[in-house]
Amino acid sequence: MKKFIAIAMSALMAVSFSAAVYADDEAVEIPEDFKAGFIFLHDENSTYDLNFINAAKQAAENLGMSEDQIILKTNVPEGQECYEEAMDMADQGCGIVFADSFGHEDYMIQAAAEVPEVHFCHATGTKAHTQGLDNYHNAFASIYEGRFLAGVAAGMKLNEMIENGEISEDEAKIGYVGAFTYAEVISGFTSFFLGARHECPSATMEVTFTGSWYDETAEKEGANTLIEDGCVLISQHADSMGAPTACEAAGVPDVSYNGSTIDAAPNTYLISSKIDWTPYFEYAIKAAVAGDPIEADWTGTIATDSVQLTDLNEDVAAEGTAEEIEAVKAALEDGSMHVFDTAAFTVGGEELTEDFQADVDDDPDYAPDTEVVSDGYFHESEYRSAPYFGLFYDEEGNGNPIDGITLLDVAF
Amino acid sequence: MKESGKGPRVHITKRPEISKAQAFLIRAVALVLAIVVCAVVTYLLTGDDPGSVFKTIWEGSFGSSRRTWVLLQNVSILLIISLAMAPAFRMRFWNIGGEGQVMIGVLATASCMIMLSGKVPEPALIFIEIAAAVVAGAIWAAIPAFFKSRWNTNETLFTLMMNYVATQLVAYFIIIWESPRGSGKIGIINQSTQAGWLPQIGQYKYLLTVIVAAVLTVFIYIYMNYGKHGYELAVVGESERTAKYVGIKVGRVIIRTMLLSGAICGLAGALMVAGTDHTMTTTLAGGRGFTAVMVAWMAKFNPLGMIFTSFLLAFLQKGAGEVATQFGLNQSFSDILSSIIIFFLIGCEFFIQYRFVFRKEAK
Repeated sequence: MKKFIAIAMSALMAVSFSAAVYADDEAVEIPEDFKAGFIFLHDENSTYDLNFINAAKQAAENLGMSEDQIILKTNVPEGQECYEEAMDMADQGCGIVFADSFGHEDYMIQAAAEVPEVHFCHATGTKAHTQGLDNYHNAFASIYEGRFLAGVAAGMKLNEMIENGEISEDEAKIGYVGAFTYAEVISGFTSFFLGARHECPSATMEVTFTGSWYDETAEKEGANTLIEDGCVLISQHADSMGAPTACEAAGVPDVSYNGSTIDAAPNTYLISSKIDWTPYFEYAIKAAVAGDPIEADWTGTIATDSVQLTDLNEDVAAEGTAEEIEAVKAALEDGSMHVFDTAAFTVGGEELTEDFQADVDDDPDYAPDTEVVSDGYFHESEYRSAPYFGLFYDEEGNGNPIDGITLLDVAF
Repeated sequence: MKESGKGPRVHITKRPEISKAQAFLIRAVALVLAIVVCAVVTYLLTGDDPGSVFKTIWEGSFGSSRRTWVLLQNVSILLIISLAMAPAFRMRFWNIGGEGQVMIGVLATASCMIMLSGKVPEPALIFIEIAAAVVAGAIWAAIPAFFKSRWNTNETLFTLMMNYVATQLVAYFIIIWESPRGSGKIGIINQSTQAGWLPQIGQYKYLLTVIVAAVLTVFIYIYMNYGKHGYELAVVGESERTAKYVGIKVGRVIIRTMLLSGAICGLAGALMVAGTDHTMTTTLAGGRGFTAVMVAWMAKFNPLGMIFTSFLLAFLQKGAGEVATQFGLNQSFSDILSSIIIFFLIGCEFFIQYRFVFRKEAK
């Protein structure tokens, strides 16, 4: 028998918050001839794509759409094929087409420009807010809040290890396996680290990059390198089972992403954060049917049930973790606490000031263009949905993370 | 073993001669058997009606005019790379570096489009990028050929390794040209200006690629069958010693042939980057450098036969994707079906070369 108790935090949240959001929502009847198309980079073997596939099916079910009304196309590369598939779906009568991978964006824009009567929605993209197409849209979620909460669980685990005398305070070092030095990854590990340090002030973190979103061997090797380097807790932002299985083999706690990995790592899996795309799919499909405009940049939040924590593993987690997460979540929700509170971190020993600019608009020179710090915190995912909390570049062009985090390599 | 004086009950012997009609019949039977096995496997594993699976495979390629054009484009690129493979294989030079030769052409084209955009007039840019791709591919293929002719290095390993070098070079430059920072993607090159994009013929996006493939097919057919070069290839392939004896400079033939192969592969890369995809990724060649070997081999290096084999493989692949979508099956299932068909088609060559002889029972 499995010894863990799955905590249905997300379900609780759905009851407490989403009711308010959807209350004024009129029930939209989806006509039987309305179709939605979904383009996925890989298939269900990738945790990232599986998360999207499940959400697509769930959204269709919630909206009462039959199997014939959704077209799911897996293994679509980030090239001409994406444009061809998007156009093919429009040919087949889809009123809305979704794509899930960052590299699909330009091809979705190409299709959107050619078929103005069909909506093209691209998850994780950055260009919709400057593209000026009425039928092209981006979406993301405030996953940094989910990462922060997962970080709280990690920090409490570190505290438990310190109290038990397994490690000293100075040895509370986290390891993180990232894909690329991309803002989405940087924002993710920074918020995770801030969550951990919120609980365990002596925590530090080392980050290594694999240069691929899906490379099981590299992710496993990355995790093993970090463990050998003295990291006592691992988390990752890459889409294979590499890091979780390496942690299980080494007996090191792991904070997962994109969903629970408890089946593969029952003794080390701690908690996972993920984006649930179901609310977005439902929102966009309903809007397309009703003829309402779809936001150019839609950011899901804890309140829309887009940001979720899954399966806290009570066997691994420190005592009181669930309660602490609930308390922090409530604070994030009512605005009394912010993930990127400028008082909570420094860059090169200094706090961020209000004249700090981030690179929000798309341009080839990566020029910072938007002031994003105000009211004492860095406003992530507000000026566009995709994260823009990136590295901080000094005059020589070297990218630095916030203090307390060390990048082992920045080749990617 | 007991001595019976009669020999084994069944033995295999090489066929002396086989008519074209007979060979064709054997292949047709193989194809029918393959389809039957596919139907049985489909029914046993999924319970889906095999008839509708085959109909879906057909619709994947011919369900709409867009799909047919996409199929033609896929066939053309695969055919071009296969044509590049044929001459070297005819002379028994095992070039499995098609993938890398395409990728280096991809890199050359993309770098011209990125670095020279707006700096030279449009026609000059197109000429430069194509020339760069052709030269890059030729050089990439000539390197293992040179080592083979000079020091008799193993060309199979050498060309294989060159694939990885080319792919990693592409990966390296993607990081340099990536946008936005850290994403590891370069997106569509010159999306707003379309600088360096090959012109579109009328309203047909893929027609240019199809025409290039057709012209190359005719060229390679003539090159291999009616020229001195083609004859030298065949002699080197039959026996290097004979070739040397009749005064053929084997090393020169090897390098010359690989220059041609690489140039055509480079051109395929240029057609993909400047013609259709307008981007550079490490998976742009998508294994077609290897599939091309199978295409060329199944057609016995006959360029006209390669039209059929490349069509078959591209058709099966498109159909496979459509089956996965329509039946909610994993893409792997469709790969199983394609593999069964290919297995039968390759396997039947055995029965064209050999026959079973059954011992007649003594009265």
